[in-house]
Amino acid sequence: MVGPEAAVVTAREQILADIRTALGRAGNATPAPLAPPMLRNPQMDRNLYISLFVQNLEKLAGKAFIVPNPAAVAPMLQALLKDQRAVASNAPFLAACGVTGLAQVESGFTEPEALRQACATAGVGITSADYALAATGSLVMLASPQEARLISLLPPVHVAVFPKSRILGNLDELLARIPQPAEQTSSMVLITGPSRTADIEQILIRGVHGPGEVYAVIVEEENS
Amino acid sequence: MISVYPHPIGGHSLQLEFVARVSLFVTCIVDQLFPRVGIAMAEVLERLGYEIDFPEAQTCCGQPAFNSGYPGEAGKVARHFLDVFRDAECIVVPSGSCTSMITHHYEDIFQQDSRRREEAHRMAPRVWEFSRFLLEVAKVDDVGARFDGVVTYHDSCHALRELRIKEGPRRLLGKVQGLTLREMEAAEECCGFGGTFSVKFPEVSGGMARTKIDSIQKTEAGTVVSIDPSCLMQLQGVIDRAGLPIRTLHLAEVLASR
Amino acid sequence: MQGTPTGGIQQTIGDPRLQLAIYSATRRLIEHRAGAVGSERLPDYQELRTRANQIKQHTIEHLDHYLEQFESNVAAHGGKVVYCRTGEDVSDFVLGLAKERKAHLIVKSKSMTTEEVHFNERLERHQLETVETDLGEYILQLAHERPYHIVAPALHMTRYDVAELFTKTLGVAKEVEPEKQTKIARATLREKFLGADIGVTGANFLVADSGAVVLVENEGNARLSTSAPKIHIAVAGIEKVIPRAQDLAVFLDLLGRSATGQPLTVYTSFLSGPRRAGELDGPDEFYVVLLDNGRTKLLKDPEKRQSLYCIRCGACLNHCPVYRKIGGHNYPWVYSGPIGAIITPQFHGVSEDGWLPFASSLCGACAEVCPVKIEIPKLLLKLRSEVTEAKRAQGSGGVERFAFRVWAWLMTHPKTYLALARLGSKSAGLLPKVGPLGSWTSQRELPPMASQSFHRWWAQRRRS
Repeated sequence: MVGPEAAVVTAREQILADIRTALGRAGNATPAPLAPPMLRNPQMDRNLYISLFVQNLEKLAGKAFIVPNPAAVAPMLQALLKDQRAVASNAPFLAACGVTGLAQVESGFTEPEALRQACATAGVGITSADYALAATGSLVMLASPQEARLISLLPPVHVAVFPKSRILGNLDELLARIPQPAEQTSSMVLITGPSRTADIEQILIRGVHGPGEVYAVIVEEENS
Repeated sequence: MISVYPHPIGGHSLQLEFVARVSLFVTCIVDQLFPRVGIAMAEVLERLGYEIDFPEAQTCCGQPAFNSGYPGEAGKVARHFLDVFRDAECIVVPSGSCTSMITHHYEDIFQQDSRRREEAHRMAPRVWEFSRFLLEVAKVDDVGARFDGVVTYHDSCHALRELRIKEGPRRLLGKVQGLTLREMEAAEECCGFGGTFSVKFPEVSGGMARTKIDSIQKTEAGTVVSIDPSCLMQLQGVIDRAGLPIRTLHLAEVLASR
Repeated sequence: MQGTPTGGIQQTIGDPRLQLAIYSATRRLIEHRAGAVGSERLPDYQELRTRANQIKQHTIEHLDHYLEQFESNVAAHGGKVVYCRTGEDVSDFVLGLAKERKAHLIVKSKSMTTEEVHFNERLERHQLETVETDLGEYILQLAHERPYHIVAPALHMTRYDVAELFTKTLGVAKEVEPEKQTKIARATLREKFLGADIGVTGANFLVADSGAVVLVENEGNARLSTSAPKIHIAVAGIEKVIPRAQDLAVFLDLLGRSATGQPLTVYTSFLSGPRRAGELDGPDEFYVVLLDNGRTKLLKDPEKRQSLYCIRCGACLNHCPVYRKIGGHNYPWVYSGPIGAIITPQFHGVSEDGWLPFASSLCGACAEVCPVKIEIPKLLLKLRSEVTEAKRAQGSGGVERFAFRVWAWLMTHPKTYLALARLGSKSAGLLPKVGPLGSWTSQRELPPMASQSFHRWWAQRRRS
C-alpha cells in the first residue's frame, strides 16, 4: 500500500460526503434509470462497408489493400516490406495468412523485454485487428496475449491484416457488439489513421509519436 | 378576419383578431439617440395600413441593469414595462436585443414573483421584433422601398442566437429596389458592444468592432444594416473614428426609403 | 474593472503578429468544426447534444453513486482508485508511489487537470523528472509557459519561436521546418518513453460500468504513456465520470468534431486496469486519481452545477470574440475562454476573479457550439449578480450600484426622466470625457444626441 492510508480513506469519505451534502442527500441513492444508450444503426448496406472503410482510411492518408484470400497476403506483404525488418503479433490470423513465415518478419514473442526491444528497432509492426469501422476508417485493437500494444505503436509503419467480415459500420455498432469492453480486454484502442499533430502553427504533420503510415490489408475470404 | 400563426417562442399559438393597431416600444436608445429609426418604423407600419399607438410612459426594457449584475433594478424597470404595455395587443420593437430581453429573460428576472412571471409569460407572445412582425404578422416581404447601393447585413447576436432571426431581414432587403445585398464573411461575429462591456473593456470591445469592420470593408458595401441600434451605434462610432466612408442604417430606415 | 489584467490585454491586442496567430488558428478550428457537425455530415448533431446534456445532468446529480460504481469496477479489474481533495494530495500520492517504486522519470500526456494543480512544478521540487510528451505541451514545458488554449496549447507560438526554443533548451541546430522540429521532439521523447517508470495521463471520460479511463488524442503520446511504463496513473476531476461504455457513442461523436472537426481523433484508448495474464505489454499497476480541488463547491447550485458538464473540447474558446482578442494567457487560470470565465470565479470565489464574468459581450456564440449545452451566458449573468452582491457585502462598488439605483428610479418615473433627458441632450457635448464616457471615447466617437427624441416627435405629431 502506498502513502498514508488513513489520509486516503479520509479523502474518499470527505469527497463523497461533500457531494451528498451539495446534492442535498444523506446517503448513496440509486438513481432512477437513465434512458437507454443512443446507439445509431449505420443504416447502410453491409456490402458497402468495405469501400467506405477504404475511402475513409485513405482520406486520412492511410492506405488499404484488398486481397482475395489468406494465401494472397504473404506475397503482398513481401512486396510491401521489401528489405525492412518487421515485427508481427501472435494473432492466429497472421500465422494463417503466412505472415509469420516471411524472412523479414520476427514473431512469436513470449518475453516482454524482447518484444519491446524488437518494436523499438523494427521498421514495420504487423498486427491483425479485432474490428474495423467503416464510417471513420478506424482499426479496433483489443490488447491480449496474442495482440501486444507496442507493435501498432512503436514502429514507424503499422500494417493491420484482417478479414473483411470484421468491418462494422460505425462506433455505435461496435459498442452494441461489445457493450462491456472491459470484460474482454485491459485496453481497447481505436486507431483512426496515422499519428498526427498540428501543434506548430496548425500545420498538419504525420508520425509524431505513433506510426506515420498506416496500412490495412483486408482479406475478402477468411478461409482459403 | 381571424389570423392564426405560431409564435417563434414556441408553445404559444396566438389567435388574434386581425391586427389593426400596433403599439411601438421604441427602446431607450432609439428614443434618445436614433429617433429617426422609430420614425422610419412608424412610417413603414403606417404604409402597410396599421394604426400606430405609442404608450408615452414607456422608457427602457431593463436590460442594462440585468446585464450588469443588478437583477433587482432590472426587475423594477421590467415591472414598469409590463404595466405600460399591459393592454397592448401587439408590440413592435426595433431591436432584437430588447425584444429578447422581454421574451426570453423577464421570466428569469421574476423567478421569485409568480404574478409578474405569469404576466411576463403572457406578454412574451405579443412582443415582436420589427422584421419578424413584417414577415410573420403583416406577412409582407416587399414594402415598396427603394434604396440605391450595396448593403451588407450585420447579424446582431441576440436576434440571431436568442430569437433565431437570420434569413428574415435578408429577405426584406432582397425585395428593396436598387439594393444589392453582399454578405460579409464575419456576418455572425459580435460587433463588440455588449452594453456596459463596451466601457468596462474598451480595448476588447473596440478591437472586436475593428475586426468586424475589416470584414465589412472587404465587401465594399457603403452601408451596414442591422436590426439593433446599439450595434449600429458601436460600429458607427468606430467607423467615424477611423474616418471610413461607411454608414450604418437600421433596417427600418432602409425599408422607409423610397 | 478591478482585477482586470488591463496591461496584458492591451499588449495582446496591440501585437499584430499575435492577433493574427490567434484569429487564424481559431478560424481554422471554427471551419473544421462547422464542416464536421453540418447537417449532411452529422444529421443527429442536435439530438446528440441533447443526449449528452441529459447524460451529464443525470450523472452529476448522482455523482456519488457513479463514482462508487466506477471505483468498484476499477478494483474488479485490478486497478486502484485514489481520492484526492487537493493538488497537494495528488503530488503526495505520486511522490510516495515513486519513492516506493524507486521511480525517476515520469512521462506525461496532455492533461488540463494536472495543469490545474501545477503537477509538474510540485514534482520537480522533489527531483522527480516529469516530461510533457504532447508536442504542444512539450514546447510549453521547455518555454515554462502554461497552455494558451485547452486543445491547442501552443497556439500563440510560431515555428520561429519553436526553433529558437529548441536551440536554446535542447542544444540542436536551428530548424524552422515544423516537420523537422516534430522529428527532433519525436527522437528526444522516444527515449523518455522507453526509459520512463511512470506514465501520467488525464482522462477524457471515466466509465462507471467498466471502471475504464478513456483517452482521446492524435499524436500517440497518451498510448505510449499508458503502454510503455510499468505504472499508469490517470488524474481526473470527479466530474469526468459517465455511466456506461455505450454512452461513448454520443460523447466521442461530439468531442472530436467540436474540438478539431475530426469524427474520431486518431487514437481513442479505452483502458481498464493493468495488463492481464499472458499479456506482453501494458502497465503492471493502474491507478485512477479522482480529484476534487473545489469541484464539490460547484455542485451546490442546481443551475451553476452544469459548469461541470464540460468535456474540454475548446469550441467555446474558438468561437468567443473576447478570447480571440485577448488570447489565453490573460485569463487568470489554466481554463481560458467562456468556460474559464464561468468556472474560475466558482473555483476561486467571485471576489477573487470577479472581472471575468463581465469580460463578455454576451454574444452567445459559446452556448451555440457547446456540445453538452452548457448555458454559458446565463451563468455569466448569474455570476455577475453574485459579484455585485459580494461587492455590496464588502462595501465596495458603491458608485456603480448607486448609479443603477438612480437609473432604475428614473426609468420608472418617465416624466422626470424625459425632462432630464431633454436637458441632458442639450448639454451632452459639454460633458467631460471621463468615466464610462471617457472609456467609450477612447475607442470610438459618441453618437450625436438627437435634437428631438421620439417621445417629443410623437407628442408633436399627436397635437398636429
